[in-house]
Amino acid sequence: MIAMSPVLRVYGLHKSFVMHAQGHLALPVLRDVALDVAPGECLALVGPSGAGKSTLLRSLYGNYRPQGGSIRVHHRADWVELVGAEPRVTLDVRRHTMGFVSQFLRVIPRVATVDVVAEPMLRLGASPDEARRRAEFLLSLLGIPERLWQLPPATFSGGEQQRVNIARSLIADYPVLLLDEPTASLDTANRDGVIDLIRTRREAGAAIVGIFHDVAVRDALATRLYSVELPGASPMSTET
Amino acid sequence: MTAPILSAKGVTKRFGGRFACRGVSFDLWPGEVLGIVGESGSGKTTLLNCLAGRLVPEEGHVAYETASAGTVDVHRLSEARRRLLARTEWGFVHQDAREGLRMGASAGANIGERLMAIGARHYGEIRRTASDWLTRVEIDLDRLDDRPTAYSGGMRQRLQIARNLVSNPRLVFMDEPTGGLDVSVQARLLDLLRGLVDSFHLSAVLVTHDLGVARLLTHRLMVMQGGDVVEAGLTDQVLDDPQHAYTQMLVASILPV
Repeated sequence: MIAMSPVLRVYGLHKSFVMHAQGHLALPVLRDVALDVAPGECLALVGPSGAGKSTLLRSLYGNYRPQGGSIRVHHRADWVELVGAEPRVTLDVRRHTMGFVSQFLRVIPRVATVDVVAEPMLRLGASPDEARRRAEFLLSLLGIPERLWQLPPATFSGGEQQRVNIARSLIADYPVLLLDEPTASLDTANRDGVIDLIRTRREAGAAIVGIFHDVAVRDALATRLYSVELPGASPMSTET
Repeated sequence: MTAPILSAKGVTKRFGGRFACRGVSFDLWPGEVLGIVGESGSGKTTLLNCLAGRLVPEEGHVAYETASAGTVDVHRLSEARRRLLARTEWGFVHQDAREGLRMGASAGANIGERLMAIGARHYGEIRRTASDWLTRVEIDLDRLDDRPTAYSGGMRQRLQIARNLVSNPRLVFMDEPTGGLDVSVQARLLDLLRGLVDSFHLSAVLVTHDLGVARLLTHRLMVMQGGDVVEAGLTDQVLDDPQHAYTQMLVASILPV
């Protein structure tokens, strides 16, 4: 099989946090990070807690702002630079190309679960019916009981919220997926459901970068490992 | 790509010898919601009023891309043109609903007035649209003929929003739209605003001191301190990875719930 060319290319990435309230303390977290991810690959970020895995993942999504280097993503048949990108460029990349699954759902008050899940697909121009059907399909696949679909997820359990979040992040078939502990608070049965769903996406050609503390999940999904280390040996945790 | 709907260049306004806002520049693109955050006295509302042509800055200019008549300089329009624009293509939601409503007229008339300003004449049609909008902002239809003086604060604010959006504006300015409301009333209003902005593909500039409101409603943020924009970016970038000392202080001051 011929290797696919990358859709995400990162090089020379630098990120420090400067804490002004602590006497402008600078905490370097990423230095000279370089990686490529191709369709069908799942790159697992590994390294001790506090090494900067989440910082790297959030930088890839444009959530954290690196001080230097380059993150280029193949977006709508073109390459787009995300470091220093204008807000509307980053938003467009997120809308069409990059999905992010975090451990936590940012709940929108009063919006029904099924609508929370359907929203990204509606924004891409799908019909309300189609988006709703797909949302219901994903919710049932992830084991969210039908009686909860019309309720806002604010009062759901941690595991339920996480699955709602996964459904919302996977509804739009993004070519690039970033996963931050997608199975952190799930029981075994639900965990396996999530693994299946992500593996299907990978096999369909998604380029994936993820953090998986659960070794079984990592083994099931990762095609390569990328080791993240703090620049220098700092005893301090720098992740927020 | 299309043109920005609103473009500010070096907007500066002084009150006495003090800068209320200084050298503010940005482009607002169609469909974007820009939040202006900062503490009271940081110049947010002055900037908003300059953008909407309600105040004239000493320096700088604000260009607005009209629906059909090209780009206009907001501060060089005649007062009549500016008022027409404000009634047709723009909306302005005040923190105090009494400033944005006619308190002596019924709710239906408050909504209908905007429609008549853009040429609606058919009474039945106006009343039907007004009822429609009352329902959309979750006010019972049997309150259509009541005056806003008989409304609660949250209802007045929703009525003000209906009055602003009924004429199908392209750009809406909002000054602390949820300020002074109970938390539960606030949540309802935020959710409503979010849905309306989304479904009408509105562009908006929103002033708020509440970072939670900014997180929920805006795509982008500008952080103001003492009249200067000290930081700008995507809303989640500014709130999750604040760079400026002042922004870090603001973010660190949010009370957790």
